[in-house]
Amino acid sequence: MKDMDKSFRKDTETEFPLREEMRPRTVTAPDGQVIEIDPLRDYFCEEAPKVHRKSYSAIVEGFYNWARANSLWILGFGTGCGAIEMRPLMTPRFDAYRYGIQWRPTPRQANLLIISGYLSVKTLKRAIRAYEQMQQPKFVVGLGSCTINGGMYWDSYNTIKRLDDYLPVDLYIAGCMPRPEALLAGLMELKKIIRRGEAEGANKYAENFDWYKANQKSVIKDWDMPDYSW
Amino acid sequence: MDMRELIERLTSRHKLGAPIFQRPDLTFVDLTDNDRLRALLVELRDIEGFTHLVLLTAVDWIEEGKFQLTYMLNNRAANQTLGLRVYLERKDPVEFTSIHDIWPTAETYQRELREMFGINFPGSPRVMDEFILEGWTDMPPYRRDFDTLAYSQQTYRDRPGRATNDPRDHMKSKMYPEG
Amino acid sequence: MTFQWIQIPYALLTLFIILNYGMLMTALIQKIGARVGGRYGIPIWQNYIDLLKNIALRSKISHGVMFYLGPVFRLTGGIGLILFVPTIYGSVMHQNFSFAGDLILALYFVFFGTLGMALGAAESGHPHSAIGVSRGLSQVTAAELPLALGVFAISLQYQTLNITDIVAAQQGSIFNWTLFTNPLATVAAMFAFVGTMMRAPFDVVLAPQEIPIGPPTEYHSSYLALMQTNRVLYPIAKTVIYMNLFFGGATSWPEFFVKIFAIYMVSVFIGVVYPRFRVEQSIQFFLKWGLPVGVLAILMV
Repeated sequence: MKDMDKSFRKDTETEFPLREEMRPRTVTAPDGQVIEIDPLRDYFCEEAPKVHRKSYSAIVEGFYNWARANSLWILGFGTGCGAIEMRPLMTPRFDAYRYGIQWRPTPRQANLLIISGYLSVKTLKRAIRAYEQMQQPKFVVGLGSCTINGGMYWDSYNTIKRLDDYLPVDLYIAGCMPRPEALLAGLMELKKIIRRGEAEGANKYAENFDWYKANQKSVIKDWDMPDYSW
Repeated sequence: MDMRELIERLTSRHKLGAPIFQRPDLTFVDLTDNDRLRALLVELRDIEGFTHLVLLTAVDWIEEGKFQLTYMLNNRAANQTLGLRVYLERKDPVEFTSIHDIWPTAETYQRELREMFGINFPGSPRVMDEFILEGWTDMPPYRRDFDTLAYSQQTYRDRPGRATNDPRDHMKSKMYPEG
Repeated sequence: MTFQWIQIPYALLTLFIILNYGMLMTALIQKIGARVGGRYGIPIWQNYIDLLKNIALRSKISHGVMFYLGPVFRLTGGIGLILFVPTIYGSVMHQNFSFAGDLILALYFVFFGTLGMALGAAESGHPHSAIGVSRGLSQVTAAELPLALGVFAISLQYQTLNITDIVAAQQGSIFNWTLFTNPLATVAAMFAFVGTMMRAPFDVVLAPQEIPIGPPTEYHSSYLALMQTNRVLYPIAKTVIYMNLFFGGATSWPEFFVKIFAIYMVSVFIGVVYPRFRVEQSIQFFLKWGLPVGVLAILMV
């Protein structure tokens, strides 16, 4: 771009030191036993995600997809200003419940992650963890232009520009911010995608796991969690 | 409380610059002797009734090679706000005296300034902890020699097809196409 | 009553009817709640879809044996309650496995699910689960006290521990119901009813807006499907006990449906009117108001 400062080079040399609680250490127990602890290896599971195949029968899979489309449980995780636009969906005017859409407080029970607006690097880390803890099949909707190309935060040093570099996005809803009507229309479109059996984001994530991880780690410098948060 | 009178009274004992009376209830004044800052702040808090630290912020005057710190103090009873400005040399490492023992809130502001401007306040609690940024390894991002656009272009991938319009020209061409 | 093999399919039939009734009724009640709030509400078959969706999830994570057994125990609590309590009075088909001391067993089963859940949720290792379980157990324990006293009162009154006998004693006229013959015991037990139905104002343990959803924080897919099944079975099972003990039981399915709905609506009405209590507030409430009424009920008998 024309207004880019040619002389500025970002610091790519400095490594962020591992946090103190994540460093390997030896602990002496009260009874004199010496224990070696490596938090990153001991506390977490290192397994990579695997591709879950569809049901063998197309009829069964179609039936399941119908159920998935009509029971969208959204993770109540607002990342930016878009979270404000999601609230009216529950209220009498828009009432998303009548389409089988409801909000779940924990990622374990949710199967739709809505990235509602700009995503700072700090929040991206949490969003990745939340996404990985959700159970397959899971869907991601990018809400607002910030998730598409950075939106008004296009030159910010701390917000990502393209959400699909870091998470497999099934659907974008454009706007800054999109109104609840647009959101509803987007969710209806997502339902159609699920019904067609094309919303296989979790499998895409597992197949291109290395690419996604490389992208994520290139912006999150203090990576102090396992590669896949089970 | 008359601010002119107050400034005059303070000038007799502290080295103050020319005051700016911005509004009837808002005054700015420079302190030229940085070592006297704590004495002046304690005096303002305990004797003159400026009991509330509204904010502590910094400005990067890169051309003059200086950082400006602004201590905004408020006297609720008199409805007066005083902005006390101090200038630091802009050279690494930048350090300044901490005032967390005068106002505990200053601790948070000083953490922010340490992270965003790289101005250290030795002795301030948790001042070296991360405040907003996580895992930041580059130069403090609010310094003016940090180019945020260049940084974002070198870090995050662009989506092709993004266009920028000047709002004025764009609306002009939309509303009056024939000029 | 002697055991016959035909009782097993009969009991399963009862279970099936109650399960479907529960699915539709909870959806209907959610719909009523939505209409009160000016919304259209969920489709009436939404519970089935949610259940199917959770079963259809492709991946699940286990945190150990107890984590797996938690929902199983919980569902056992609900099903056991139904199996050992006569559902329809005078019907051979829906008498289930009721026996002479079934009142005591029912009281035990009311608590069984919560205890099983406590073990399972503790195994999941999530701090919110542990917090939720400790809060849930303390609240349910406090809420069960008036029920226990009320049950003692009526078992003293009818001189039996058999639910069928208690129902039989209430037949004939509406004024033979325990509600009219022993109003204090009924009131005491209704305290417990409102308190353990997990609806406002006593739903701080499970409410999604509180510390994320409490005990089931880590549960998902099939585990959650089990718990959902229990969520529709268990309130009905509990309401059946109350209906049998205090409201004259039911002699036919239509009577059963109407009575269960009416009793269930008591807690719904209270729920839509009152804001949520904190745990210590609700414990205080039960000890202050529920317990004395229960003691009074025993003294009156």
